[in-house]
Amino acid sequence: MIITAIFFYLFAAVCVASAIMVIAARNPVHSVLFLILAFVNAAGLFVLLGAEFLAMILIVVYVGAVAVLFLFVVMMLDVDFAELRRGVLTYLPIGGLIGAVFLAELLVVVGAWVIGPSVANSITAPIPPPSAVSNTEALGLVLYTRYVYFFEAAGIVLLIAMVGAIVLTLRHKPNVRRQNIADQVARHRATAIEIVKVKPGQGLS
Amino acid sequence: MTVGLGHYLALGAILFTLGIVGIFLNRKNVIIILMSIELILLSVNINLVAFSTFLGDIVGQVYALIVLTVAAAEAAIGLAILVAYFRNRGSIAVEDINLMKG
Repeated sequence: MIITAIFFYLFAAVCVASAIMVIAARNPVHSVLFLILAFVNAAGLFVLLGAEFLAMILIVVYVGAVAVLFLFVVMMLDVDFAELRRGVLTYLPIGGLIGAVFLAELLVVVGAWVIGPSVANSITAPIPPPSAVSNTEALGLVLYTRYVYFFEAAGIVLLIAMVGAIVLTLRHKPNVRRQNIADQVARHRATAIEIVKVKPGQGLS
Repeated sequence: MTVGLGHYLALGAILFTLGIVGIFLNRKNVIIILMSIELILLSVNINLVAFSTFLGDIVGQVYALIVLTVAAAEAAIGLAILVAYFRNRGSIAVEDINLMKG
């Protein structure tokens, strides 16, 4: 139990510290790297909570795909980030004020809140004991049966995102020679080969 | 010393607030704003998974999976819009983004 608490505070502290660095770092590349650190620590928290599948998905999807996508874009765009950074301190009072008010409200809600007594009777899909069914299997048992429409909706969201990203970033440069597959397929021997009989000693003119 | 649901909810609240402060602080830099949105969605996921575990209901994890999907799609589309905008205008400052006169 004490080990769990120690790891919770470790992961939570690193997560919060790296989240602060995400919004405070001068260099956006550092922000992305701290974002990766925050995600890894959140994955550790998920493991502590017993959601191993989501923890691994968090590492694969967020660290492996989303954060690297951010990294690509940050390095690809030739932007003067120091110029964008100007004026941060002028926004600090209003941002800090709103953040403090918001955090106070949220913590008041968290502190004064209890689970209703009838909630325990309305559990939709109880988590099976981890010794019998692993977390991944338990998640799959409900995801592919009861929530299969959710699953397919998620697939459609990803498909549309993929199509949208390609449509937004694809551009045809006018002066680039491109492969014309129809022309290639329509070639035949008569147009492609020319046989020249060369008389000895004359060469090709 | 036991870690309860309240601990995770407090952590989620702190991360959510940090995301919001990040949006206010980096008003000019769209990339940091997108990262702040990712932080906010991460805090939502922490809340969902914490409720799922402490209530013993696995549907919260299903929902966290959906949120994860939407976050990934949002990041892809947002960065694609950013790249397309940068090609057209040569800048990603938020105050320059006024083509739609909104």
